[in-house]
Parts: sequence; C-alpha cells; structure tokens
Amino acid sequence: MRLWLPLAVFVAMLVIIAVALYRPADRTVYSAMVGKRLPDFTVPALLPGKPGLASVAFADGKPKLLNIFASWCVPCAAEAPQLMTLKAAGVPIEGVAIRDTPEAMHDFLARGGDPYVAIGDDKTSAVQLAIGSSGVPESFLIAGDGTILLQHVGDIRSDDVPAILAKLKASK
Amino acid sequence: MRRVVLSALLLAATPAFANSNLPPAPLANTQLSNPAQEAKAQALMVTLRCLVCQGQSIADSDAEMAGDMRALVRERIRAGEQPAAIRDWLVARYGDYVTYDPPFRLLTAPLWIAPLVLIGFGVWFARGSFRRRRG
Amino acid sequence: MTAEAGLAALWFAATLAAMQLALAALGVRRLLAAQEGRGLTADLLGAVRPIAIVQGALAAVAMALLIAVFVRSDMSVLLVAENSHSEKPLLYKFAGAWGNHEGSMLLWVTILGLAGGAVAIFERTLPRVTLIATLGAQAAIALGFYAFLLFVSNPFARIDPAPLDGQGLNPLLQDPGLAFHPPTLYIGYVGISVAFSFAVGALIARDVGPAFARAMRPWVLGAWIFLTLGITAGSYWAYYELGWGGWWFWDPVENASLMPWLAATALLHSVTVLATRDGLRAWTVMLAVVAFSMSMIGTFLVRSGILTSVHAFAVDPSRGTFILALLVLYIGGALALFAARIGTVRAGNTFDPVSREGALVANNLLLSVILGVVLIGTLYPIVAAGFGVQLSVGPPFFDKAAGPVALLLVVAMAAGPLLRWRRDDARVLVVRMAPPIAAFGVVLVAVLLLGGGVALLPLLGIALAAALAVASVAPLWGRNLLRVPLFTWGMVVAHLGIAVSLAGMASESAFTRATLVAARVGEPQRVGPYTVTLDGIAPTIGPNWSALEAHLSARRGSGTVIQLRPQSRFFTSPVTVTSESAIATVLDGQLYTVLGQADGQGRVQLRLWWKPFVTLIWLGGALVAIGGALSLIGRLRRERRARRRTGDEEAWA
Repeated sequence: MRLWLPLAVFVAMLVIIAVALYRPADRTVYSAMVGKRLPDFTVPALLPGKPGLASVAFADGKPKLLNIFASWCVPCAAEAPQLMTLKAAGVPIEGVAIRDTPEAMHDFLARGGDPYVAIGDDKTSAVQLAIGSSGVPESFLIAGDGTILLQHVGDIRSDDVPAILAKLKASK
Repeated sequence: MRRVVLSALLLAATPAFANSNLPPAPLANTQLSNPAQEAKAQALMVTLRCLVCQGQSIADSDAEMAGDMRALVRERIRAGEQPAAIRDWLVARYGDYVTYDPPFRLLTAPLWIAPLVLIGFGVWFARGSFRRRRG
Repeated sequence: MTAEAGLAALWFAATLAAMQLALAALGVRRLLAAQEGRGLTADLLGAVRPIAIVQGALAAVAMALLIAVFVRSDMSVLLVAENSHSEKPLLYKFAGAWGNHEGSMLLWVTILGLAGGAVAIFERTLPRVTLIATLGAQAAIALGFYAFLLFVSNPFARIDPAPLDGQGLNPLLQDPGLAFHPPTLYIGYVGISVAFSFAVGALIARDVGPAFARAMRPWVLGAWIFLTLGITAGSYWAYYELGWGGWWFWDPVENASLMPWLAATALLHSVTVLATRDGLRAWTVMLAVVAFSMSMIGTFLVRSGILTSVHAFAVDPSRGTFILALLVLYIGGALALFAARIGTVRAGNTFDPVSREGALVANNLLLSVILGVVLIGTLYPIVAAGFGVQLSVGPPFFDKAAGPVALLLVVAMAAGPLLRWRRDDARVLVVRMAPPIAAFGVVLVAVLLLGGGVALLPLLGIALAAALAVASVAPLWGRNLLRVPLFTWGMVVAHLGIAVSLAGMASESAFTRATLVAARVGEPQRVGPYTVTLDGIAPTIGPNWSALEAHLSARRGSGTVIQLRPQSRFFTSPVTVTSESAIATVLDGQLYTVLGQADGQGRVQLRLWWKPFVTLIWLGGALVAIGGALSLIGRLRRERRARRRTGDEEAWA
C-alpha cells in the first residue's frame, strides 16, 4: 500500500502547482497598513511657495488623498489629469515627492498642473517606508480621523476616479 | 519579449528610465563605525527582501529603494533598536513578504515542521530495508 | 534556407522518435509475452537501435543549424532578432544560441537524442528486452519535448520584415560562463533522463538487479559529474558577476538545479549497492524516478513564469501548461509503474542497521530530506500566493532547515566508508572513527579560541570539514596505494572535495570582512589584512561597451602591491549598466572589489571584501567532479577487464 504513496504525493503536489499556475499571483506588493492609523511623519517643503507636510494634517476630520509621486516618474505625469479632476471635485490632495529636486518639480508641475495643497520633500523614502508604499506613483485615501482607507498602486486612471470619489463620500 | 530576463540587476543597476538620479541616502552604502552594530545590521539586511527587485535581499541590490531600506536599518541599529523590532516594523508595513525568514505562524508551520516530518517519515520508510535482528 | 533546414531536421528527428517508441513498444510487448525472439520481433527490435542513433544525429544537426543562424546574425529568424546583435563577440553569438528559452530547449533535446544514440551504440551487456524498453522510454521522453518545441516553442520561426539588427544579448550573460554553464547542466539533466529510462525499462522488463544497475551506473555517474560541474560553475559565475560577493542565494532556479543533484547523488550511491550487493532495489529505482522528476520540475519552474527570480526565463503560462502536461505523463506514469511493478521484483538482500548499507540508507534518507526541504521551501511561496498570501522564503529558512541535516549527512559520509558491508559492530566503528573525531575536536577548539566569535553553523561546518577530510582518506591507510582500485580513489577524492568545499563555505560565512565606503582618490581603505587605495578613475572601451574603470592598489602589510581594475560598464543594446568586479586571488582567500557610483563630491562608492578561503568552495566542487570521473573510469575499466576475462574463458571453453 505504501508503494502508492509516492504517486499520491506527486498528484497532491501537482494539484497545488496547477492551482498556483492558474490563479496567477498578483505580484504587486500592497501595504499592510490599510485600515490602520496613518503613522506620524513630518517632511519639509520642497518648493518655496508650497508648505511641507505632516501627518497631523490628516486628522482634522476631512478625508484627503495622499499622493506619493516624483517628477522623474513617468506614470506620475500620466496621472496628473486625473489628479486635477479629483481636485476639481473638491478632494484635498497632499503630495509627498520622493527623491526630488525643486527645479525638476517646478517643471513637472508646470507641465501637468498643480493639484497639491502641500508637497513634502522625502529624500530618503522615509514616508514611503512608514506607510508601506513600495513605488511611485501610489495614492492613499485617508479618512478624516487619520485611518488609511484605501491604497491605489500605480497611476490613477480615468475609470478609477469614480471609485475613489465614492469611497471618499462614504467615509464622510 | 522572449529573452532571458535577468532584469532585477537591470532594474537595480540604474537604468535610465525609473531613477531619480539623486545620490543615495547617507547610510545606504556606508557602514556603521561600530563593527558590532554593522554586523547586526548586515545580518538583518540579508534577510530583508528588496520590494522592487526580482528576488534579492536589500543587501544585494543596487535599487534606490533598497538603498533607502538599508539606510533605515542602519540608522535604527545605530540608535540602539533591536533587529527583531526593525523587522517587525517592516512586516507591519509590508506583510510577511518583506522578510526572507518566514515567521512561525499557523500558515508557515507546515514549512518549519517539514524537516522533522520528513526525517520521521524517512526513518519509517527505511525500516523495511533492514534485516530483522535475531534475539 | 538554413532555418528551414533546421526545422526540417527537427521534424525528422521527432518522427524517428515516434517510430522508435512504437517499435520498441511492439517489440517489448511481444518479447514479454514470451513470443519467439525471431522473425518479425527480431526485425522490430533490430530497427530500434539504428533509429535511435539517427534520431540523435538529426537533433544535433538541428542544433548546429540554429547555432549557424546565430553566428551569421541572420536577423530574419525571430529568435536571433530578439536575442542577438551583429556586434556581439563571436563567442556570445555562438553561446547566445542557447541563452534563451527556445534555443536552450533545443539544446536539451539534442543532448537527449545524442545520449539515446550513445546508449544504443555502447550498451552491450544488458538483456535485449531491457535495453529496448529503455530506448523506448527514451523515445517517449524525447517525443514530448519535440512536440513542445515544434508546436509551442519553435526556434526557427521567421520574422518578416527582418529588422536591421537584433535586440542584443543581456549583458549579464555576455560572459564565458554562458558558454559553459548551461551545456554542462543540460548534459547533467539529460543524463539523468537516461537513468530514468533505464529504471522504467527495468520495471517494464521486471529486471531490477545487479546487471541493470551496472548498465545504469556509468550514465548516473556521467550525469552527476556534469551536474556537479554545472552547479559549481554557475555558483562561481554568479559570485563574480553579480557584484555583492554572494555565491548561493537559494534562488528558486538555483534550487531547481540543486534538487536533481541531490537525488542523483543518492542515486549513484544506491546504484553501487545494487550493482555489488544486490540491495536497495526499490530505493534505486525510486531515486532514478525522483531525480528525473526533479529535473523536469526544475525545467517547469524556470520556464512557466510561475517563479520570481533573477534567473527565470521570461515566458508565458501556456508553455508552463505544456510542460506540466509532460510532467504528469512522465512522472505520474513512472510512479504508477513503480507502484504496480516493484512488488513483483524479488526483494534484494537485507542487512544490519550498523553496516555500510545502513550508512548508505542513512545517506539516501538524509539527502532525500534535504531535497524535500528545498522543494517545499521553493514551492511554498508559490502555493501561498495562489491562496492570496504573500510571503517570502529565503536563505534564513534554508540555512536553518537544511543546514543541520547537511551536517548530519557529513557525519554519515565520514562513517560510511569505514563500515563493513552487511554487518558491523558499533563499538569497533567508534574506534575506527577516532582520528576524525580527534580532528573535529582539535579544530573546534582552535576555532573557538582563535576565531573570535563564530556562529554555530559555520563553527560546526569547519570542524566537521576537518573530520570529514581525515575520514575520507582513512580507507587508504595501510594499503598499497598503487594497488588501490581507481574507483576507491574516486570515492576518496570526491568525499575530500565535499570536505574542502564545506571548509570554504564555513570559512566564507565566518570570516568575511567587508568595507563599503565613499572613497576619495589617494585615501587608503582597510579591509581585512589589506590596505586598498583608489589611484584614479579612467574611461575605457570594449567591443560593445564603454566603461569607467577604477585603478586600485591593494597591499597586505609590506607585501607586493596588487592592481585591481573594477569597472562600471555601459552597454547600448540593450541599454544597461553592469558592474564588473575585480578579484585578486591569493593563497588564503580573495580580495573582491566593486566600483559603485560617484557622489558628485569627488568621492566614489567602493565595495571591498576580503574572503578567506572562499576559493575552496569551487575547488572542492571541482574535486568532487574529478572524484566522480575517477570512479567512472575505474568502473568502466573493471567491467572491460571482467568482460575480457569471461570472453577468454568462453573462447577457451
């Protein structure tokens, strides 16, 4: 009887591999902080005319969008129109620029528009690491009490906008 | 495109498109002055996974984010934090994916118990090969 | 025309494989049904050998034509356009033929065909029915891969219109390692498939005994030698190419090559027991099936896109499905055959637990445990991801789970050759083991006292390496060295190689010193016993790259100055930056230097390592392969002598 064991083990392994193969794993690394409180952070201002950013700004009762981006990031330029749309719809957008310079940021904003209330200067990815973000662009919807409601990895496309607006309204 | 993709190192080795061109964080590529602390930091860094590479630890990667993670580890070790606490901090943010040393949970118990189970099973299986000892 | 000729050769080879399978199946069926071995049956059987030989030759022709197309940089062939470039050095045009999925698959099939042909030419001692069953199994395997190539991964597909030039070969692969590492590994994998075919043939013919083991042994040894060389070469290539001083990452693709090696090691020990003592029948057959299964699973893992790895080929899941189907067919079939037939094979001889056979069973067991641990560790993240859980399993797990078992195995390796066959006394064994145990103790204490804080696993590793080194030469004591059989020398050298390699691994782990620094020109930096000074950075140029080269002078105390030139290279097709490390090898270790980025303030990043005795790792690997070769030659010579003797007797009788 035990002679059939190797075949049984093999079949079991095969089933497992087949399942894994046909349910392709999403290789995106998601933040484990969704649903938790936004960690404390403070980042200085990047541009002279725009304030820096601190986590306390997210606990004032109004839900906001935290956008992690950079001027050297190509998809960030692609999502600029969507961010402008969200700004027009009344969503406060706070930006954290990863490893950026004032000159490059200035050009970036001139090209795509400026939807940001504040832009923080994060030269060491400190904010990224603190909230579990692993690339740019990523956007986090933060509730009025500072809880992270949702993480959007990658650039915001035009068909993502309604979902974000709905989630925002639901959290008010 | 079907070609052999060793793209982790390509991504890691500063390609032209997804790079800030800023210098790395101060402690990303510099060792701590205290050798014991540096050894602790290094031991931790080889067990932390680079999140933007294809299967490398942050100690073995040229990616910018890996450099920032190295800087984070070194800063915290210098400030006296324990490696386990730093790892837990990162796991709280990225899940078990970020550590190459899977913590012993219900989900990973089969993994860690496997060697013992296999040895036990093998001994049972091999008993049939031996002749019966007389008296 | 060349590409079409290659494709035609491939189709012909596939057709012949189908014929080979059909004829072998028919012939064996008739023989086993105890029909006459003459007439139609003889014709059927007689045809199988030549067909196998021609099939192998045709596959080789197809491979040669693919290489020709690459060397000529024929951009109208899709594979060349995607993977090659006219400015590439000739060596990489040549080796680039197998530096991609389709080409490497064709290489696999070619070696498979040639090996089948070699079995057909050289195998004379096996009973006819077993041999034909073996060639039939070989054809069955080949057929699956031919189908894979012809229907899903055609290497000769054309592209129209042909681009002006190709996309180039990944610069990390533009290294002599590419010419050496894949072919040696593939010869290993394919050699194991021959052992698998023998095992299947033996099961079908119900002929699992010493004769079958003696026929299979050279193939197992040969495959194992190449696997050892391939893995050793791959490890060294990764070490000097990737620029961080590591030599093994428990990367899924590395594991995919290690698992067949572990099974093949167990198999080669088992097959000798079967050949000389008629024991371990079930183990031997099972291990042959497992070894081939592992090499197929490895192929599957690497090409299906299921893994995240630096090494993985970029492929799509449809290929994975095909290989999965082949996997089910071959391994499932073999395991079912095993379960159905092994019980009817007369049980081999039994033996005491304390005996050489007992030690070899322990060896099989421990190797299988390590194999299981590596397999589970490699598959676990994939399985977890399929259920929505993301986790990573890496060196910390493998070192902790497989390391101790490997050290236990080293103990078994030390004791095994000192035990007698069939039955031995544990107390007498301990007496025989006194020198190795003494070596263990002495080195352990020495390292504890002089080493300065070494972790447990490396500490045990060094001490056990010393014990194993003493134990592996023990079988030579008190014997006339000139009369020791060559295969005994093989065992001694191979086990010594493991000890040397283990010493290197433990030493590297325990005593490596690293200095990472932003250096200015003229500032001396210390690493280990060396003082390294950056003399300057200069641009330099190569055949298809340009680079910034650092000039480093390294000196140890008042010794001679060593010059090192690490580079940061820029390629244009494809656009990449790679770092070329500069390594200085001295008697007791290596100085490993890498150039990083400049920080814009007159300093440049330097990574310096002093790695004591690290070269022992690969030296040990080479010794293991040499030991295997000695064993192989020794066995072949002994068999030839035995055959000549019986031949003489028959002539006299």
